[in-house]
Amino acid sequence: MPSSDRSAQIGALYQEMILDHYRRPRNKGELERADESVLMKNPLCGDEIGVQVRFDGDVVSDLSFSGRGCSISQASASMMTQLVKGKKLEEVEALRSKFRDMVMGDAQAADDSALGSARALSGVCKFPARVKCALLAWNALETALAKRTE
Amino acid sequence: MSRRSDFPLLVANPGLHYLDSAATSQKPSVVLDALRNFYETANANPHRGAYALSVAATDAYDGARQKVAGFVGVADPDCLIFTRGTTESLNLIATSWGRTNLEAGDEIIVTALDHHANFVPWQQLAISVGATLRICEITSEGRLDLDCFAQFLSPKTKLVAVGHVSNALGTINPIKEIVAMVRERTDAVIVCDGAQGVPHLRVGFDELGVDFYAFSGHKMCGPMGIGGLIGKRELLEAMPPYQMGGDMVEFVYDDRTTWNVLPHKFEAGTPNAADAVGLAAAVGYLEGIGMDEVLRHERSLVAEASERLSQIEGITIYGPPAAERSGVVSFTLGDVHPHDLATILDGDGICIRAGNHCAQPLMRRLDVSATARASFYVYNEKSDIDALVEGVLKAKEIFGHAVV
Repeated sequence: MPSSDRSAQIGALYQEMILDHYRRPRNKGELERADESVLMKNPLCGDEIGVQVRFDGDVVSDLSFSGRGCSISQASASMMTQLVKGKKLEEVEALRSKFRDMVMGDAQAADDSALGSARALSGVCKFPARVKCALLAWNALETALAKRTE
Repeated sequence: MSRRSDFPLLVANPGLHYLDSAATSQKPSVVLDALRNFYETANANPHRGAYALSVAATDAYDGARQKVAGFVGVADPDCLIFTRGTTESLNLIATSWGRTNLEAGDEIIVTALDHHANFVPWQQLAISVGATLRICEITSEGRLDLDCFAQFLSPKTKLVAVGHVSNALGTINPIKEIVAMVRERTDAVIVCDGAQGVPHLRVGFDELGVDFYAFSGHKMCGPMGIGGLIGKRELLEAMPPYQMGGDMVEFVYDDRTTWNVLPHKFEAGTPNAADAVGLAAAVGYLEGIGMDEVLRHERSLVAEASERLSQIEGITIYGPPAAERSGVVSFTLGDVHPHDLATILDGDGICIRAGNHCAQPLMRRLDVSATARASFYVYNEKSDIDALVEGVLKAKEIFGHAVV
């Protein structure tokens, strides 16, 4: 329902940083010599995100994303690639879990500087219909890591 | 004259701009009252009891069927089967008629304009019996390509499934012309998805000439969970039942069963009498306005909305010219994803649909993953368009000058 609160929440959701990642995505495109590649689709909105990962031992040495979708899904993918590149698998898993908590509304997670620029997406928790958008890339990454350990 | 005051949800939310009636309409008091009245005065299981209350329930249910049948122009009310809605109606035909009458080598024609509910059942039927699915393409303006359609027609064509009005674009299909083309060249059965037809147009089943027509109550001011399937009597009588249970049988022997007459043969189990009564009240409400006025009202809103939106730089509107559509404006705004647009509009109490509108084959042909859709109905007003246009401008501002 309309209210000035809602208007403020919209403002918090569509921050400059999110629009910047949407318009100028980081690490977007094909990754050479990828070890794992996962494509995730959200049939509700037609968004799709592919994540390609290269490993060096237990480190995510490089990754990229591809696909198309709304600003939230694209910005989230872009921020995620920046955040997890060079991190150990266990660190990546901890970040994924923390990011998930944040977009589900956990204020503590939203305060954690470990999430870096991805904290700009904390406003998503006020928009239940959009949480899936923010998680799409992270879910793809999770699947890629699971395939790796199989 | 404002009709908002007839709709309790809109009265309770004065700042709400409901522009998603193609998904489901709001419900007027007369419909909510009819539901409550049924449960308070006539609630019993129809067709069962030998007592006055059950007779009252039966009368209410039968009366609803007559009222709705009159509205959709079928002279024989027994040829109107109450279902959960369009989706169930179409699945009923695909399962009951389709599996009995189609075989390998037969052809089914569907269209790229249609809703998944009038596409997937036929696609899956074709796969299961080994028939061939032909998909009628669309023109650049979002109309059915009738040349393409004509090319598909052959003696092999056994079923044609076409929507009356596109839910995604608002295109009104020339059903009578299509019927004439089919009848001239084939013996095919024609199925029409009227989910977006009955709420907006004056529909006369008997004169339309199709064999089956499906519609939903909840898009025409009626309750959710009730709709109809109209069929020609000879086809319905020859078809096997869709579901088995109480009410649809005549005699049940140990080793076989005989079926009840129409419409009961296709209404297994306790009927949804209350919602049928609610739907009849919705019909009464629409008749009070007049379907010509409903369409005129929608067209004037769609024309104005299309005109004002098209003046915004970066807007693309899909489908034929406004004067040829029902109450739908389907659009995109530059590189602003429709879901972002819907979220921003929601912030100002404006409800639009964003997505593929259950029409993924159409979205592929339009080469978009999604569109934003504003759809209008009897309670919408100019102020809804004002809010929509302001909201779109706000989204444009939030996404900055570089809307490309």
